[in-house]
Amino acid sequence: MEWETVIGLEIHAQLATKSKIFSSASTAYGAEPNTQACAVDLGLPGVLPVVNTEVIHMAAKFGLATNSTVAKRSVFDRKNYFYPDLPKGYQISQLELPIVHDGKLDIELEDGTKKTIGITRAHLEEDAGKSLHEDFHGMTGIDLNRAGTPLLEIVSEPDIRSAKEAVAYMKKIHSLVQYLEICDGNMAEGSFRCDANVSVRPKGQEAFGTRAEIKNINSFRFVERAINHEVERQIDVIEGGGKVVQETRLYDADKDETRSMRSKEEANDYRYFPDPDLLPVIIDDAYIENARKALPELPDARRQRFINELGISDYDAGILTASRELANFYETVVSDTSDAKLAANWVIGDFSARLNKEDLAISQSPVSAETLAGMLKRIEDNTISGKIAKEVFDAMWKGEGDADSVIENKGLKQITDDSAIETMIDEIIANSPNQLEQYRAGKDKLFGYFVGQVMKVSQGKANPAQVNDILKKKLNG
Amino acid sequence: MSLGPDDVKKIAHLARLGINESDIEGYADSLSSILGLVEDMNTVNTDDVLPMAHPQDVSQRLRVDEVTESNQREKFQAIAPLTEDGLYLVPQVIE
Repeated sequence: MEWETVIGLEIHAQLATKSKIFSSASTAYGAEPNTQACAVDLGLPGVLPVVNTEVIHMAAKFGLATNSTVAKRSVFDRKNYFYPDLPKGYQISQLELPIVHDGKLDIELEDGTKKTIGITRAHLEEDAGKSLHEDFHGMTGIDLNRAGTPLLEIVSEPDIRSAKEAVAYMKKIHSLVQYLEICDGNMAEGSFRCDANVSVRPKGQEAFGTRAEIKNINSFRFVERAINHEVERQIDVIEGGGKVVQETRLYDADKDETRSMRSKEEANDYRYFPDPDLLPVIIDDAYIENARKALPELPDARRQRFINELGISDYDAGILTASRELANFYETVVSDTSDAKLAANWVIGDFSARLNKEDLAISQSPVSAETLAGMLKRIEDNTISGKIAKEVFDAMWKGEGDADSVIENKGLKQITDDSAIETMIDEIIANSPNQLEQYRAGKDKLFGYFVGQVMKVSQGKANPAQVNDILKKKLNG
Repeated sequence: MSLGPDDVKKIAHLARLGINESDIEGYADSLSSILGLVEDMNTVNTDDVLPMAHPQDVSQRLRVDEVTESNQREKFQAIAPLTEDGLYLVPQVIE
């Protein structure tokens, strides 16, 4: 039987505020345990949560960027459950009236296929603390620094049909929240994580199969592997005559498998009700318009502008605009040079490859956009060839100065004097009578031999275009 | 609508309340009469009324995004039954 996969994603993006969603304690990552958990975060008696204005602004920006409705009236609810890292016994969240709903996002797969994924809703909520299950004499340690950190939970429609689509969607949201500067996107620190609702159904069937929820996936690679694994598991269960159980499963990256979490008793009985400590959040048209004005140029628009204004390919523009940092870097390079395509090749090629190899962020790059532009200018004005440029780039990366000083110090300036190149070529031809004879007898491939000789003699510095021209003339002459 | 003994036990468990078996029937009656009151109110036609989220018809004040809280861990942990290395210690929740 042919099976169809149905996936919906719930993405938790930690909002990049200075203070918590309902208290004025810091959200900075990595502090000593419980030093950033104030009376409100601890749920001590007599405290009152007050909403951080910035979380409303950030959620509104996200809503506008995803063509969603930004609700003029949204309400906070209590989601009740007991767990030691949830001090109040309830999580403040939004159920009936979330701040953002009914949006959509266009995604693109690696093969260029485009698709629109619906966004059901995005609601605000507080994060819980952290439980440390290492051995504290058989006890569990609780760190409440994270308690009260603002989260935007972004819930997709079950429109996703494969693990690859799920990855493309997750990457697009990841890029978008960073463009909007509402989330730092740091997956290692848990600022951006995802739960996947996965089910399978016979192809052609309209009703959804029973779904399992895979919790807390914190990398793009894992989301693909976890979903693929879960799909196989469900198909095996059904084809083996069994039934998929609705449950929560945890992905174990080490074993590459999902396994059932011990089901919390009465897990789904959260008894939501409006939080009496909080009043409805009311915003007006002017507020929403202000948020719209605060939107930066978004990835899709920027991509189109790169294509239209700079004349680079759709493919290159897609890669360059996937992250705001990379797009900014590229634009700085381009503003200082005249060949946008050459700049795109270098930024996507050698520059990105080097960052990846050394596991560096763009902000940590030893070669700045201005420095790279300085080198590209020397390619454009024929001071160096593209090949020599790789040597110059390497030296710049190692901190040996800017392009001009590297070219000067290493004597890499390209030889563009026709007569100098002619002299070299005459000498090489004179020293290669056999090759010359074979070439003239029709062995065209030997042209490459002569080019190689010129480059060897000139130490790679002869201008390749001129070498080609002059060689052709001389060899055929 | 009325609640039976099993409903009362479930509600108590969800709220982590310890109750005496002998009190269950009384609780069931009391809770049921609250639901009875709600049922009475349910007969009022509220088609054109937007549900309120709060008894007061005002909207939420928003707070400036500033860190004003300082570290008071020592004070907070002074009243905790058990702490270690700055962590609150609780009975283990995962086997």
